[in-house]
This record gives sequence, structure tokens and C-alpha cells, in this order.
Amino acid sequence: MKIDVHHVTRVEGHGNIAVDIDKGEIKECRFDVVEAPRFFEAMVRGRPYNELNHITSRICGICSVGHSTTSVQATEKVMGVELSEQALLLRKLIFHGEIIDSHVLHTYYLAAPDLLGVDSVIPLAETHRGVVERALRIKKLSGDLCAMVGGRHTHPCALVVGGFTHTPTTDELEVMHARLVDARADMDATVELFAGLEWPEFERETEYVSLHLDDEYAFIDGDIITSDGFSYPPEEYRKVTNEECVPSSTAKWTHHNRDSYMVGALARINNNFDQLHARAKEAADKLGLEPVVTNPYLNTPAQVVEMVHCIEDAIRLSEELLARPVQPEPPAEVEVKAGEGVGACEVPRGILFHRYVYGDDGACEEADCVIPTNQNMANLNHDMEALVPQIKGRSKEEITLLLEMLVRAYDPCISCSAHFLTVEFV
Amino acid sequence: MARAKPKVAFFDFACCEGCQLTVVDSLQTHLELLDAVDIVNWREASSRRDEDYEIAFVEGSITRPEDEERIEKIRAQAKVLVALGACAHTSCINALKGLHPLADVRRWVYGDRADWYDTYDVRPITAVVEVDAVVPGCPIDREEFVRVVKALLVGKKPPIPDYPVCVECKLKGNVCVYFLDPPRPCLGPITRAGCDAICPTYGDACEGCRGLIPNPNENAMKEVLAEAGLTVEEMMSRITMFNAGHASGSEEWEGED
Repeated sequence: MKIDVHHVTRVEGHGNIAVDIDKGEIKECRFDVVEAPRFFEAMVRGRPYNELNHITSRICGICSVGHSTTSVQATEKVMGVELSEQALLLRKLIFHGEIIDSHVLHTYYLAAPDLLGVDSVIPLAETHRGVVERALRIKKLSGDLCAMVGGRHTHPCALVVGGFTHTPTTDELEVMHARLVDARADMDATVELFAGLEWPEFERETEYVSLHLDDEYAFIDGDIITSDGFSYPPEEYRKVTNEECVPSSTAKWTHHNRDSYMVGALARINNNFDQLHARAKEAADKLGLEPVVTNPYLNTPAQVVEMVHCIEDAIRLSEELLARPVQPEPPAEVEVKAGEGVGACEVPRGILFHRYVYGDDGACEEADCVIPTNQNMANLNHDMEALVPQIKGRSKEEITLLLEMLVRAYDPCISCSAHFLTVEFV
Repeated sequence: MARAKPKVAFFDFACCEGCQLTVVDSLQTHLELLDAVDIVNWREASSRRDEDYEIAFVEGSITRPEDEERIEKIRAQAKVLVALGACAHTSCINALKGLHPLADVRRWVYGDRADWYDTYDVRPITAVVEVDAVVPGCPIDREEFVRVVKALLVGKKPPIPDYPVCVECKLKGNVCVYFLDPPRPCLGPITRAGCDAICPTYGDACEGCRGLIPNPNENAMKEVLAEAGLTVEEMMSRITMFNAGHASGSEEWEGED
């Protein structure tokens, strides 16, 4: 039996699944990234420091706030820029907006159709109108939150080195705060919906890698920790990522203590569960997630848990901003310096690194971006190798669906990784 | 008399898919679009894959021989082909790689494995096949996309502005970013409008993501730069961020002479 899914649907970018089972023997089992490589590390060479966030934002339309934030962080470390407290609060707020936006897109639009037995979210508009309207409402809320802080969600123009070129008004924050509080009802309904769905059974323990902060659930900054007990400052990320080229894939693969590791919502809740908001912990309980969770399909409900956490933390952040109160404030001044800096953030799909080297004139001399989807590629392939023998007796349609669902569970972002994804059942 | 709804497909090449996401976002406020068209092929959002479509929206740039074959097939099938976003229209930031020798570009990213990965100089969709309409911008503007769809549905050419961003910026009553301290090198005077001047509205300068207008007023641009104490070199560096490709929509713009 040959399974060749040429361009897996409902994922961001082009990836193929290739599986060949001959008389019960597995000859081939792969997920390949066939997205056209884009060469970002070359594009930014020679560009001035204040363009890097705008250029690297274009790595990904889904997580452009994540790339922008990681990018300005790397540049700020080189130039020694200190952010104001207000700018840091706004960075955290817009970051939550993007986590919610990306997770609602994946959980409702990309993953849920499999569990509800349809091709896409479009037919659900007729059969499950309330569900679709809720998804659109959460998506609009998170998009509006990003736009309020950054000008727009996809490629935020106001998020720059040193802070923001725009500050939301007290009125805007008050309206947003009220909408976030109202969204609790939608979050409860979301938890209920996903708690009622049945996830494929499959367990494979791996090493879970994420950022960690002592005083909060880490999204922006922190040290790199792994579930195998390792810890590194962000500057030493290459000790974790160990990137290598793989012939079938335009995405590079990574490995650390084992032959692969996992990043993303599941890795984060496994590593930092205690720091989740109480309501998010309740959601995890309802969704049956008790760390350590070793079923990769459960990355999707782990994203639901994080949506609840981010709504709650965005409510707290907007209250803090309103209490200050928020004041118009230009970005911090930048004194151009030569040097090297690493930015590290937990973007929706996992840990992201940007490393830049700048010359005396503030032009970029060298850049390296390590993308979450790349870091998950080896682990996804090892999951497939472990899963296929367990399901090889089933029909081709069933095997194909389970493999496609596994790929989708990782919520791969293939444009990002290409350096990235194809499923070819050859 | 009810007519069959037009069959619509979405495709993408080298890009970030942010424009297709903007299409998804346009549904938040324009769910009625789904009643007017039948989306038969959209890999990013649906497992449905019909090859029988009339209108194709294509995002991304062409960077490999295999991409060229795929876009030619799409062109042969589609009655109307729309270049969706800056990557398809002008190559966007993808063209930055063309500012370096291709051999260096490949070595910097993939090291001694460079020959495993096919790539050549980037071209926008508009330079590879004939397109019937474009939606400019990085990313596209949600409301402009909706206007384009509505125009196409009634068989009209979509109304894309050929005046500069400054017009929209003035209409919004923004303080010109050239009057900020320090002034910022804004490309608004020479960039195609249609984005509602979003970057200057949020305190940033226009980056020219929508491509240059036809016949930009070079002399006026130079005067603005001189008044603000900015150099043509600073401006040219900024122009190349989004317009390093050749098909910028303005063959007339000659640069600094």
C-alpha cells in the first residue's frame, strides 16, 4: 500500500506525506517539506538594523508578531536598548493577541474539521453556524487586539526596536478590556466543544523544549529548558537546536538529548504547567490534560488551554495599563553598536530564535533564524515511524487521515520552515 | 434567475501566506462573500481540491523551475487570474536575495548542502504569466480585497488607486512623519495608495510595500528629502526593502539621477 499525500491541506505551506507499506513491512514513512526556500538569512544581509523586524516579520503571516518581537529583542540586545515598563506590557499584550489568533485558527479552522468529519470550516457555516460564529468572534477579538497595539495583526507596523511608534488610548484599552472579559463565555464554550471531541490514541514520550521564567508562564524571553533536565541561556540555543540539512526537505532538522524533541503548546504546558492561570488549569482538567502529556495529537487541546490563559493574562495586562494610566511614548532611543544578539520567544508553534550580527554602521552582517516547525520536523517523522506499525492493518483512508491529523496536530508553519514541508505517500 | 456561483481557487508560491490569512480575516466582517462564490480549491483552509475553477487568486513569487510549470497550469485553467499581494505583484521582500550573488545566498543558508535545493532569481507572478488583476500590498488590505472581489463578480476591472499614499494620509488628518523629530524617510509621496495610509497612521513611515505609483514626482520627492535633511541614498535603501524586484509597477523610476 502506498500513501502519497502531495501537499497536505489545512496546514500553512507545502508538505508531503510519503508512506509505503509492502506486505506488512514498512518500506518508507516520511513527512517532507517541499516549500520553496526563501533565504531570509541572505535577504537581511547588509540591511540597516531598523529594517530587520519588518523584513523578518514576512517569514510568516500567522506569527508575524512573534517574528517581529523576537527580531527586535535580538537587535535590542546588541544595541543595549532598555524597554520602558509600558512598552514591555504592550509587547506582552500584543503577543497574547497573536497566540489567541493563531490558536483559534488552528483549533477551529484547521484541526476541528477532521473531528467533525468535514473538508473545511466552510460547510460548518451551515451545519454548525454557532461554532463558526464563535470562532470568527474570537478571531476578530484577537486580531483587533493586535491591531490596537501594533497597527495591524499581520506584519505589525508600530512594533519597532525600542518599543512602539503608536500607543493605544485609554478609551481603546477600556473597550478592549470589556471585550476580553466578555470572551470568557466563548472560552468556556470552546473548552466544552473540544472536551467533547475524541482524539486519536497514540503515546510516544519525547524531550519537550520551551522557554521558562521563574515568575510567569514564559512567552517573551526566559531560559531554554528541556524535560530531560537541561537548561541554557538563549545565547546558547545552538546547543539545543543542532540544525542539519535533510535531503528530502527544505526545512532543516534539529535534535538535542534524544534523536528529536518537541516544541509548541504541548511542550509549554508540560514544562510550565504550574504557571498557567487558574482558569487555564481548570480547562486542562476538563480537556483531560495532565502533564506529562505524551500524545502529540493533544497539542491541539493544549492550544485551547493556552487560549484561556492568554485571555486571562490579557485582561490582567490591560488592567495594569489602564491603572498606570497608559501614556503616549516614543520608542527608546537607539545608540548603534556592533555586536551579536539572540532573541528567543515562545511563538504559537514553539520556541523561536533570531540571532543577528551587526557591524559598526548598524547594518546586518549575519543572521540565523531557527523556526519552531523545523525543530518539530524530526520529532514528527519519529512519531510517524512509531505510529504506522500500530495502524498498518487499517484501511488506506484511515491511515492517511490519521497521518494527516498528526501533521496538523503539530500545526506546522511551512513557509516559516523553508527553510520547510511535504507529505508524500509514495 | 439564479446563476451558478463562480468557482474560486486560491494558490500560493514563495510567500508567508499572510495575504490568504487576510482573506480569512475578511470573512469576519464579510461572511456574505461565501454566499456569492463557491471555493473549490484552497489548500491552506480546505481539503476540497477541484481543478475546475474560473477565478484563481495566487499569492507568492516564483523561485524555482517547478513553480513555473504550476503557475502556467493555473493560468491555462483560470478565466481570471488575480495576483494576490506584493509577492505576486512585485516580488516584495523576496527580491532582496537578488541583491547578492545567488551562489553566496545559497551557501549562507544551506552551507555545503546548497546544491540540494533548487532556486533561481525571484520573479513575481506578474512577470511569469499574464494576470488579469492585482491586489497590491504586504499584506493586502482587507477592505480593498473585498472591493476587488465585488468588482470581479460584476465583470469590472478592480479599482486600484494610482495616486500616492500621501492623499489618503492627508484625508485621515495625520501629522506628516517628515515633521516628526527626527523626521522619518517616508515613501508615501511615491507609493501607490489603497492601504488607508496604515503605517503613517500608526506613527511609522510608509515602506512602499504596495509598489511605486506610475510617474512618481521625483523632483518633489527630492525637495521633501532635502527639507527634512535626508539623503537620496537613505531613501533608495528604503525603497529596495519592498521594491528590489524589477516589476515595481513603475518602469519610469530611475533612481537617483
